[in-house]
Amino acid sequence: MCLAIPGKIVEISAENQDTALVDVVGVRRRIDLGLLQDDRPVLGDWVLVHVGFAMSRISEEDAADQMNTLRMLGEIEGAMQEVKGYGLEDIN
Amino acid sequence: MRFVDEFREPELISKTAEEIRRLAGAKRHYRMMEVCGGHTHAIYRFGLKDILPENIELIHGPGCPVCVLPMGRIDDGLAIARQPDVIFAAFGDMMRVPGTQGSPLEHKARGMDVRIVYSPSDALKLARLNPDKHVMFFAIGFETTAPSTALTIMRAKAEGLRNFSVFCNHVTIIPAIRAILDSPDMRLDAFIGPGHVSTVIGCRPYEWIAHNERKPIVVSGFEPLDMLQSVVMLLRQLNAGEARVENQYKRVVPWEGNRAALRAIAEVFQLRPYFEWRGLGFISQSALRVNDKYAEWDSEQRFTVPGIRVTDPKAAQCGEVLKGVLKPHQCKLFGRECTPEHPIGALMVSSEGSCAAYYSYEHRKAAMENSLIAIS
Repeated sequence: MCLAIPGKIVEISAENQDTALVDVVGVRRRIDLGLLQDDRPVLGDWVLVHVGFAMSRISEEDAADQMNTLRMLGEIEGAMQEVKGYGLEDIN
Repeated sequence: MRFVDEFREPELISKTAEEIRRLAGAKRHYRMMEVCGGHTHAIYRFGLKDILPENIELIHGPGCPVCVLPMGRIDDGLAIARQPDVIFAAFGDMMRVPGTQGSPLEHKARGMDVRIVYSPSDALKLARLNPDKHVMFFAIGFETTAPSTALTIMRAKAEGLRNFSVFCNHVTIIPAIRAILDSPDMRLDAFIGPGHVSTVIGCRPYEWIAHNERKPIVVSGFEPLDMLQSVVMLLRQLNAGEARVENQYKRVVPWEGNRAALRAIAEVFQLRPYFEWRGLGFISQSALRVNDKYAEWDSEQRFTVPGIRVTDPKAAQCGEVLKGVLKPHQCKLFGRECTPEHPIGALMVSSEGSCAAYYSYEHRKAAMENSLIAIS
């Protein structure tokens, strides 16, 4: 639950600016951008995702670092399970 | 040092470890608490204890939300879900946490409608998909997770979705640190500050620890090098007789935190006068409840909550372990009655709990070494 997962914003829909499609090593899911109102990410930005919400904007380099941290912690599988589960997909 | 070869920048790690040995000397003992459960997990996984000199002792803090939740709250949440047409939704971490009559997963096996979600917004989605049911989201977590719950409740209100509510167990980290510092059997020199909580609250809320309590605190990342650098920063402060808040995790943690996230918390929640923490007892103003503006989305205001209080099994010494008074393996039940497969205390359930972390890495290592000795 305390995972912070790096994702790249690949689509922001015109009608709902509060959500975006992110790509996490090939898995694409919709996340909420509402907690980045003061620092709105744009297409191509990297964000740290926590329980389906973008929590902070980060650089591409830091995103790679964070992915490496998850790998070292043995949390990649858990992180991917979480991302795949967003939107109630791949669940139960 | 079994994981050292896997680390990035191994030379830098060796150099930092050397610097730690030099700074720590041998004259005094340093007791540092890592507040966050993610750090606890990382410390065991990376075998950092093997890298640090013996006179640096790491004490595991209260920062595992599953671990500090009293059993009565789980019972209360399950009591709500036992009412007709209620769906119990929670993160996967919660599913195996034992209540008096079993975990949410065991209740599911007995027919309760229990669903795993990976985001509070998916609990909201469940409510949209099940208009004839009521979805209760069992919310846990520190300030990292609370803003997401808050925003979800705001979205439910904006949408007018009334078959959704939150059973709120969000807690705040600062009062827990205060309770630990006030505890008479606790002597600490410094803190390794939480990483992801600080992305939300920033570094300012820790200033009283430095100014009033004269304890250094360094907000730290989760890689081995991050944590070793944080130990260096703490040792430098301690040796110089200083006490400041420093940020080692600047690449992720802004000094001011995330204001939009703090606004969401302030909009939806208010502080409870007090809340019970497993192992630490009642701590005043240490937890959040849904405020009256959003009463309709508060499970505790929508349903009758029994308010169950359960005393932990006497033999389990979760409290002492949680406060760092006992090491996990010093508990009478550790590795015998209480294992990750059959947890009695919550510290054994979550991978961020110090008992589960200790069991996974240290205990197995010791068991393997013992069997090797037996063979030779």
